[in-house]
Amino acid sequence: MNRVLIAEDLYLLRDGLVHLLQAHGFTVVAAVESGPELLKGLLELRPDVSIVDVRLPPTFTDEGLQAALAARKQIPGLPVLVLSQHVEQLYARELLADGSGGIGYLLKDRVFNAEQFVDAVRRVAEGGTAMDPEVIAKLLARNARNEPLAALTPREREVLEAMAEGRSNAAISQRLFLSESAVAKHTASIFAKLGLAPSDDDNRRVLAVLAYLDSR
Amino acid sequence: MLRRYGQITALLVLGVVQAVVLALSVPMLLLAFMLGVVLLFPWQVRMVRRLAELNRRLVREWTGLEVESPYLPAPPPPVPEPNGMYRSERTLYKTPRVPAWNNRWKWMVKDPATWRDDLWLLLDPMVKVSLLPVFAVIPERALLMYAHWTDLLLGATVASRLAGQVSHLRRTRNLATDSQAAEMRRIERDLHDGTQARLVAIGMTLGAVEQLVDTDPQAAKALLTKARESSAETLTELRRVIRGIHPPVLAERGLADAVRALAMDSPLQVTVTVDLPERPESPVEAAVYFAVSELLSNAARHGDASTAAVDISSHGADLRVTVTDDGLGGADPAKGSGLNGIERRLLAFDGVLALNSPPGGPTTVTLDLPGVLPHEPADKLPRGKAIAIALLWCTAWCPSFPQGVVPAIFKIFGVEEKSWFLALHVPEPWQWPVIFAMIAVGGTMYVMAHHLRANHESRHLPTKLGC
Repeated sequence: MNRVLIAEDLYLLRDGLVHLLQAHGFTVVAAVESGPELLKGLLELRPDVSIVDVRLPPTFTDEGLQAALAARKQIPGLPVLVLSQHVEQLYARELLADGSGGIGYLLKDRVFNAEQFVDAVRRVAEGGTAMDPEVIAKLLARNARNEPLAALTPREREVLEAMAEGRSNAAISQRLFLSESAVAKHTASIFAKLGLAPSDDDNRRVLAVLAYLDSR
Repeated sequence: MLRRYGQITALLVLGVVQAVVLALSVPMLLLAFMLGVVLLFPWQVRMVRRLAELNRRLVREWTGLEVESPYLPAPPPPVPEPNGMYRSERTLYKTPRVPAWNNRWKWMVKDPATWRDDLWLLLDPMVKVSLLPVFAVIPERALLMYAHWTDLLLGATVASRLAGQVSHLRRTRNLATDSQAAEMRRIERDLHDGTQARLVAIGMTLGAVEQLVDTDPQAAKALLTKARESSAETLTELRRVIRGIHPPVLAERGLADAVRALAMDSPLQVTVTVDLPERPESPVEAAVYFAVSELLSNAARHGDASTAAVDISSHGADLRVTVTDDGLGGADPAKGSGLNGIERRLLAFDGVLALNSPPGGPTTVTLDLPGVLPHEPADKLPRGKAIAIALLWCTAWCPSFPQGVVPAIFKIFGVEEKSWFLALHVPEPWQWPVIFAMIAVGGTMYVMAHHLRANHESRHLPTKLGC
């Protein structure tokens, strides 16, 4: 669960990521710098998790994203964490479209906080999701006038945000200084208000919430 | 029918006025160019132009044939030199009067339209007389024939259209460079006040860390946290600036997906339809993107809308964008909303913005950018038509001038010479009818040649560059 592939064209950042991940016990199986190399690496090496920059040579458009999507089409659920200088709901939607999890989409700034970043990498490697808070904020802003969402209490909204980012109940309770049972109570209430079927599986729960927010 | 006859009568009365103007013009021109009474020339030009303009207007109102003014744009007023004097060639003047007059003189003399007007003034009364029988029998068609004749001498030529386009392009280029310079200043300000200042602060914090790291590691650690937060903020700020210059999603995905991304970020329920055969050029994409972004945020902010629709489609080489929302309506560009900014941005592409926003809604904004998409050129003239037009142009002079106008002048001034002028060889009572028939034949040939080409262009060039 710790073979990782890195695709990033800036040498400094690539090198930094390699060191950071090695320091946290990951094995870097490949560090590539272009779209075609990335696709080849993803399909041949099947890393436990890949960290992919959206914009890669040769075209410097969305090579990385396209390669990740293409690889996941052939190997469903191949865990990929996409990094970018900017986040777009459009890209988040494309990444989440197959509904199979193992997806992360974060701003490059999040690398600054090594603990949280490595936590996100682990979550994606285990088939979970890691969505950037900015994506979630945009999703929620778009749904601001929605009836069921407007009915949530401020606390429930905070829990929903953390949950949509892909955090487990334990992580949410730590972040919001709540007991785990309180978090469980909040999630049950949120699911009831949004009309979603409750689920004990953290993963499926997150995907359901994201799908709900995205469908609007 | 009766109205047509009334219009023809008016034309004939106008013909009398033309004769008077012609009678005035000839001595005025002779005095101006032979005896140097140059002051008379601008008066003569103004008089003829006014008459020609009246004729254009009447033709337009009666037949619907648009006769464009061919005149070159008037010269700009003289600008004083640094010492307050006005220069005209090598002479300096204290007041702008003389240089302005000189510029006007040059403008009028050099404009071919001035001399075409004069030619029209000379020929038009004769054309009217020779068309008299046609006017009497088929007034409707005759008026149309007369309209084409007017277009031939009073309409815009390729050269005058080009001149108009050049001055239009110069104006829009100035506007585009102005707005670009303003953009640059805004970006400079953003970078200077935001990013640069933050980076300075980070540098100072790191300097303090360097000093504290040995003596007070705890404080150094706190400062490092602050520096990291500060660098994250700088990145957020920089991201905002970059979005304002050229949105990354536009560079990565093109207009269609960039507008879809905009729609997702909007608090409104936005449906996006994009139907483009290929990607427009990148400046066009950027202009359209920023326009749609502004319109959507206007709808959300002022219009109290809940749904909106964006439609981007192509019509030949034209790009059309329609943004509709179900808000309160009553948008007014005069109130200084972003609409003016959008209009300025579009001007560089000859684009126009049409706003329909009745109070109570819905609001529809249409952006039209003519000729910005790659498109195959219009059909060429078929060979048969081209040969017919060339033949008509090459031969029409013969009946109209040597066989028409010249014998008429010979007869008026009583010249004995008959030469090869057919009209002067026929018996006396037939001479004038033959002369008018010749002019009518020549005129008709000119009109047909003109009509064939105009007809082809109107059918095959749906988009005319505005000027």
